[in-house]
Order: sequence, then C-alpha cells, then structure tokens
Amino acid sequence: MSILLVSIIIMAILLLGAAIYAVIQKDLLYAVIATSIISLILSIMFYLLQAPDVALTEAAIGVALTTIIFVITIRNTERYEDKKHVKVGNKIIKK
Amino acid sequence: MKKVIVLLLLAVVGYYLVDVFSQISFGENRYEGQNVRDFYLDKSKNDLQVSNSVTAIVVNFRGFDTLGEVTVLFLAATALGSILYRRREDAHGGVVLFSASRIVRAGSHLLFAPILLLGAYVFIHGHLSPGGGFQGGTIIATGFLLMLLAYHDYKVSHGVLSWVESLAGLTFVFAGLGGLILGKTFLENFLPVGTINYLFSGGIIPIIYIAVGFKVGAELTGVLYTLLNEKEYKKQ
Repeated sequence: MSILLVSIIIMAILLLGAAIYAVIQKDLLYAVIATSIISLILSIMFYLLQAPDVALTEAAIGVALTTIIFVITIRNTERYEDKKHVKVGNKIIKK
Repeated sequence: MKKVIVLLLLAVVGYYLVDVFSQISFGENRYEGQNVRDFYLDKSKNDLQVSNSVTAIVVNFRGFDTLGEVTVLFLAATALGSILYRRREDAHGGVVLFSASRIVRAGSHLLFAPILLLGAYVFIHGHLSPGGGFQGGTIIATGFLLMLLAYHDYKVSHGVLSWVESLAGLTFVFAGLGGLILGKTFLENFLPVGTINYLFSGGIIPIIYIAVGFKVGAELTGVLYTLLNEKEYKKQ
C-alpha cells in the first residue's frame, strides 16, 4: 500500500471518529469544535485527492466561518443540547 | 393519511431514481471520443488560453450559474441583515464581544495584511492557479474576522461594504452584457485572450473573478460584522 492510501485511510477513520463524537456530545460547543476538525481533515483529504480548489474553500468556510457563526449562535442561545443536562464543575450531569 | 401520502411520494421519487440510475451501468467508461469533457478541456486550453480549466468552466462556459450563485449569496446576506436589524435597534446592553489580550491583538494586526494579500492573490490568479473569486473572498473575510475577534471595537463601514458589493455585482453583469452586445451570447468572451500562463490572459475571466472576489469578501465580512456586533438581548 502506498503512503497516500494509508494516510487517507487514517484520516478517514479520524473523520468518522470526530463525526460520531459531534453527534453524541451533549455539550454543543464541543460538538461544533468537532465539526470544525472534520472540515480540517476533509480539506487535507481534498488536497491529497488533487482538488486544491475545493480544499481552499473547505479550509476557509468549514474551519473558520461556519465554526465562528455556530459559536456566536451558541453564545446567544443554549450551550447544552437539552435542559436536563447542567454543568457542575468539569462534568455534565443530569438534573 | 398524511403518512400514506408521504410514503407514496417517496415511492414515486424512488421509482424514478432507480429507473434513471439502472440505465447507467456501474463503473463503465463513458468518456470515449469527443464529448462535453473533451470539449471543455480543449476549448479552455486552446481558445481561451486559460490553464485552470475549472475556472474556465465556472466563469465562462457556465458563467450564468455563477451569476446565480452570487445572487443567492447576496440574498442570504440581505435576509440575515433584515432579520437582525430590528433586534439591533431594540437592544440595550453591551456588545457580545470583549477585547482580547495584547499578544492576540498584536499578532492579529501582524497577520491581517498577509491574509488580505493571500486572498487577493488567490482571486487575481484565479485563471492560473487553483482557487478563484469565492475562495479569495472567503479568505479575505477570515482576515476581517480575525480583526473583529481581536478588537471588540473594530469598525467596518456598512456603507463602503455595500458600495464595493454593488460595484462588483454591476461589473459582473456589465461584463456579461458586453458579450451580448459585442458578441452573440450573454457572458461571451469579447476581449483578446493573450497567451496561456500569463497574468493578462483569458479575456473576461480575470475581470469577472476579481469582481466575484470583492463581492464575496464584502458580503461575508458584512454577515460576520452584523452577527458579531449584535447587542446582547435584554431579558425582561
């Protein structure tokens, strides 16, 4: 197997992991950071798959702009996915 | 009853999807001989003298689509502004942002100009290297985002942004109308194409991409500025 293929497989596994983390995480701020990591890995994969145009767009929009818009939204609304969870110290516990 | 209708609609859509895709055999090489792909690759290299054929397709062969995309972005920015406008007027209290530390502020000041330069480079060289108006515009918007995050009182003039945006949009439309007047169709190339791999080549493609870059950069900067400078809503 070539280095390119191995690196793409490793990145695909990381991407899936970040995606699953974003779905199951109750703290929306962490979930948004996970989606930003997805975009970062995706943009490297686009570059390796010889699509530098798409990689540039993904890096600028996915990593920077979308993340900051989500963070502003979370700041103005609720941080946690439902009202049953509340943060005590470092842990998120059920009410 | 509602669920039955939804299921029926899904069945109809599914039937036609399967019907269409079953006629295309999987993995078959359908690109033999002269077809659209060869036409585009041949034309962008020989007729338009553009080395980045993605740009040639996006701006010249399918320029009308790009005009539509730019319009969609403009409408989205306008809608966001009009939704947040009322709230901005009614709001009391402080802004959402607070000022960053001195190190972050100095670093952002240092990085701001290179980011703008990179964005400008990407959209000016859209017909030579990867990238183009949309990519360059978003890079410029991220530069302004950095400054907005570092300085809580950083001001961007909405008037200047609207002027830049409108002039860029008008440039795009007039470049298209020029093709209609001097040539045959809307967005047809009417300028000399020059030599491949030179900065001044490709006819109207660099002009349109520079306009798109300015337009996208101004729009996204306006969106970010509106969102970040929204006053905190005072709870009754």
